Amino acid sequence: MEQIHDIPANRPWSGLVKQGQTIRIIDSYGQQAIDTLLYNAADTAERYSSQDTMRVQNGAYIEKGTQLISSEGNVMATIIAATSGRHDTNAGCCSRESNTVRFGHETSYLHACRENFILEFSKYGMTKRDIVPNLNFFMNVPISQNGAMTIDDGISHPGDYIEMEAAMDLLVFISNCPQINNPCNGFDPTPIQVVIRG
Amino acid sequence: MLTHIPRSADAIAADRARYEEHQRKGLNAAPKALPAPSPRPAPAPAGVIWAETVPGGWYYTCRLARGQSLRLEAGGLGGSVSLAAWSAADSSERQNLPDTCKLQWTTDLKKGRVVFSDMGRVLFSITEDSAGANDALSGGMPARAPFTPAFRSTRENMILATAKLGLDKRDLPALLTFFAPVRVDGEGQFFWNPALLNGDDWVELRAEQDLLIALSNTRHPLDPTTGPEVPSVRATRLAARPIARDDLCRTATAEAVRGFENTARA
Repeated sequence: MEQIHDIPANRPWSGLVKQGQTIRIIDSYGQQAIDTLLYNAADTAERYSSQDTMRVQNGAYIEKGTQLISSEGNVMATIIAATSGRHDTNAGCCSRESNTVRFGHETSYLHACRENFILEFSKYGMTKRDIVPNLNFFMNVPISQNGAMTIDDGISHPGDYIEMEAAMDLLVFISNCPQINNPCNGFDPTPIQVVIRG
Repeated sequence: MLTHIPRSADAIAADRARYEEHQRKGLNAAPKALPAPSPRPAPAPAGVIWAETVPGGWYYTCRLARGQSLRLEAGGLGGSVSLAAWSAADSSERQNLPDTCKLQWTTDLKKGRVVFSDMGRVLFSITEDSAGANDALSGGMPARAPFTPAFRSTRENMILATAKLGLDKRDLPALLTFFAPVRVDGEGQFFWNPALLNGDDWVELRAEQDLLIALSNTRHPLDPTTGPEVPSVRATRLAARPIARDDLCRTATAEAVRGFENTARA
């Protein structure tokens, strides 16, 4: 069985991915950051943990083979395919509030991933409190040995995808990132597609 | 696949130019403005409100009023202090390390840097730091680590600490860990740089709004130290002191200035 979901530029999406199913997230036009969060569908208090994920693999970047670890130390999903290089879990999601700090107060009234997550969470009785540091697929955030961290141009091409296999029933949230203040979307947010199989 | 109508080339070029100017300032200007590490040993504290000795393996919670500071003094090697902070007025506003790092263009959070909430406001400033060996990336000891009464996990400590503050585990943000020299190599792999630690290191954190604080004094999972003993840590709450107009943390970067503007408007 295959479910195909088209996600317009700038918009959120959520869906259930059952244990053993795969979810493919396709960067249809290239250079599109896709902010993603995972929750245990049976108990959303168990959620993706960026710090546990990085520590378990002893590395800062998400790539093929990375096991995504929950706040309770369980494997939530494994990245089983990644057709473009490096994916981030350190830079979080954009927000109106952080935009004002990064890019000036005049950028306050622009749509942002945090707005998307809050709206999508509201369908499930979840709130801003439930937002934790997320995955940023197709977002290129190198960290230097001196700690310097920057958001560089995305390196993904049209049609690149990542695919995860769920190790538990997952509630998956996506914000198709609206950011136009930095290069994470090539300054031009684009539509994406999600395919769930199994 | 949905169709896409691109933005105009002029709009894209203008946004890119604006970003590259921010990037140039953030990566090049700010690190030069930061001072040397604080001297060791720590000078005697002034204005002590309360000094708590947190035994190895244990947690501690407190409130800090705006302007008050929390000093943390290591009692030896082999322990690290993982910390979370929330706005006391609205605990849905909490420490946000991804924002803290990207806003300051660095994962190296040390003296002169600030820690942001998810609301673009400053929660606390790192006003003193003798080691500059703090970890924003890799968290603390997970609950599945072997449990003994003397070797508790960061995760269980923080679940308990949030409960004592009227919160629960869903409120736990990513943790900032002091005295934990985790660094990233050229391949993105973590390594522990013990040369940065001295055993008598200290930090001081100044509350920039009224805060709830939870901390866990536990061995960092990447710390190669062996042996069961985690040293105690001294957590001292200090009275507010005057803040100079040219205060380092408030003026070190354009991002900090805007963060404090947001904090003042709250």
